Amino acid sequence: MKIAVIQFPGSNCDQDALWSLRSDLGVEAEYVWHGERSLAGFDGAFIPGGFTYGDYLRCGAIAGQSQVMQAVREMADSGRPVLGACNGFQILCETGILPGALVQNIDQRFVCKTIHLRTENRDSAWTTKCPDVLPIPVAHGEGRFVADDETLRELNGDGRVAFRYCDEAGDLTEESNFNGSVESIAGVLNKRGNVLGMMPHPERVTSKKIGSEAGLPIISGFLSVLANA
Amino acid sequence: MVTVRVNVTLKPSLLDSAGRTVAKSLQDLSFDEVEDVRIGKTITLQVSEFDEGRVKAMCDKLLANPVIENYTFEVVD
Repeated sequence: MKIAVIQFPGSNCDQDALWSLRSDLGVEAEYVWHGERSLAGFDGAFIPGGFTYGDYLRCGAIAGQSQVMQAVREMADSGRPVLGACNGFQILCETGILPGALVQNIDQRFVCKTIHLRTENRDSAWTTKCPDVLPIPVAHGEGRFVADDETLRELNGDGRVAFRYCDEAGDLTEESNFNGSVESIAGVLNKRGNVLGMMPHPERVTSKKIGSEAGLPIISGFLSVLANA
Repeated sequence: MVTVRVNVTLKPSLLDSAGRTVAKSLQDLSFDEVEDVRIGKTITLQVSEFDEGRVKAMCDKLLANPVIENYTFEVVD
């Protein structure tokens, strides 16, 4: 199994993504530059965080138009695993592979800290191994998830909300929803369930050697999704 | 050469957190009549010729995100 870690100008979580896959999950992983047209030979794609193209126009807008994203779309359509974290989530929303959009945090602040996620739906291959509540780092200024009412009804009805921001006990509070996301939504799935986008950074916490492996159950979703594909 | 001015705004249904902060600051400066502020962006295009359909396509494809934004455009001298 080989996962593509997509690199754009301004990606900055690409190394964390690569090594979480290679060292901690134990699968093959290679960088793929944004100008590539094909992801032949790869079984999945990780779109890492960063500030691609300086966040010009909108976060993820320009990266979303790049050559490689057409190949990522084809990979998503084929049922293989695609994970977007932070800017990767923004890029997936900009391309329409995932619904909704990410806008400026409600209090205008860039937030860099460890928060808690509540696993909403363990039926998904991405979340099947996740505990009820998991501590995960976030680092973003534009992570407030928004979607219209119809989209929200669909996401909730189909069990496509993967994670919500919560407190340590797993309760959804105004304070735990630090960026003001609608319904505290932190991560969503596509219709087929093989694409996950989330603002927090699971790739930063996949080894006890660096403090925590809370993100490993999410990263291991690459294996679970592929087993179902 | 034709100049086209594209105006992109957050949809009214969305909370504009930057606009809210600016409104508060104006009120603090005693501009009490300010009830709300919305911040958008202006994108000025220089095109060899104006084609309404093509400018609309530029807006739909890249310049605006229809999930969160509305846009208008006009040809200016």
